[in-house]
Amino acid sequence: MIPAPFTYQRARTAEEAVDLAAEAGDDGKFLAGGHSLLPLMKLRFAVPEVLIDIGRLTELSYIRDEDGHIAIGALTRHHDLEHSGLLAAELPLLARAAGAVGDPQVRHRGTIGGSLVHGDAASDLPAVGLALDATLVVRGPSGSREIAMTDFFLGLFETALEPGELLTEIRVPKPGERGWSFQKFTKRAIDWAIVGVAVQGGRVALVNMGPVPARAGGVERALAAGAGPAEAAARAAEGTSPASDINASAAYREHLARVLTARALAEAASRN
Amino acid sequence: MKVAISVNGTQVEAEVEDRLLLAHFVREVAGLTATNIGCDTTSCGACTVLLDGESVKSCTVLAAQADGREVTTCEGLAGSDGQWHAVQRAFRAEHGLQCGFCTPGMVMAAVSLLAENPDPTEAQVRTGLEGNLCRCTGYHNIVRSVLAAARDLQQPGGRAPAGAAEPAGEPA
Repeated sequence: MIPAPFTYQRARTAEEAVDLAAEAGDDGKFLAGGHSLLPLMKLRFAVPEVLIDIGRLTELSYIRDEDGHIAIGALTRHHDLEHSGLLAAELPLLARAAGAVGDPQVRHRGTIGGSLVHGDAASDLPAVGLALDATLVVRGPSGSREIAMTDFFLGLFETALEPGELLTEIRVPKPGERGWSFQKFTKRAIDWAIVGVAVQGGRVALVNMGPVPARAGGVERALAAGAGPAEAAARAAEGTSPASDINASAAYREHLARVLTARALAEAASRN
Repeated sequence: MKVAISVNGTQVEAEVEDRLLLAHFVREVAGLTATNIGCDTTSCGACTVLLDGESVKSCTVLAAQADGREVTTCEGLAGSDGQWHAVQRAFRAEHGLQCGFCTPGMVMAAVSLLAENPDPTEAQVRTGLEGNLCRCTGYHNIVRSVLAAARDLQQPGGRAPAGAAEPAGEPA
């Protein structure tokens, strides 16, 4: 399968990338690692006329300790997150989840920024970003702005990014509550999660339990009210709207959400 | 667009369509057909090559993204004297293949895995090859091959490919 024709442009700086995107308008798309976008283009689900390759912007590939938070460049690859000593110490949830994305070849190419802006509720890192209460720094023609992770996902593959805006950095506050867990249920290692759960302290987010990546509000409220892990996990499917598809029925996904959340809360408690 | 990609140490320059995939560049422009295209959906790993030394699925990389970079295919593993790479020798000695379709990708994934983790456990080999599907072997001999190659590469002077030892005799 070969993508429909497009014009390839390569940005040398983040500034140039934003300029090229402004020129391309609605016909343009940023290309990072390409492991969400290129498969969609081969299937003709995405047909951009201009691809702006930002994959060589090494200025956007970093993991830094900045006092109260960890700053992660949007083009940092899953492989680099997985093997980061800084993340292992400060954000082990992110290092662990990044190491569970796809397979080694995918992790050599895919980036955290690409995964987040793709906005797929079946991807792992959106839920992890929600559980970590991250903030996204984006750059557009009129300057930079910050978007809270909780305000970022708006609908099916729809985010708060304005046309032409480039995600540049993910800022993650150092967790106050250290307990964490990442649970992912798949048929084969390389598949998307049928259901997944990310836990950091009292924040719980679900993978693939609806069209939009979301926190598990019922579980979080129960935990805040003093419920134990089992009691809180029983509410994992509240407010979700999982799909029925070739891999699982909605009812099975709801069951999995409760089971995986119970396991995740127990594991997180053991790490406090 | 014009791309210049080092393929197995040889500079390959060509005017290509912007949408050309690296897998097609390697097979049709560079003329190296060890790299197979299986699923064409980033799943099976048959098209795995090394890009700047790291395994990637070449069906999901544009040739334009590899412009100016180094690509290694299975044809590029042997030494200049024709001596096979330790991973290639191990796949033969340990019967790490049956039909052979997945093998070039499997070998390249294994080379990348051993570059990152020279002394993997069996479990680490299995997770390290998660991106490559084999429908014949049931994976057991593939895992055995990679472990044998790791042992071979760790021997003094056993760095592949030049001057490496003869294929290991008995399966582990």
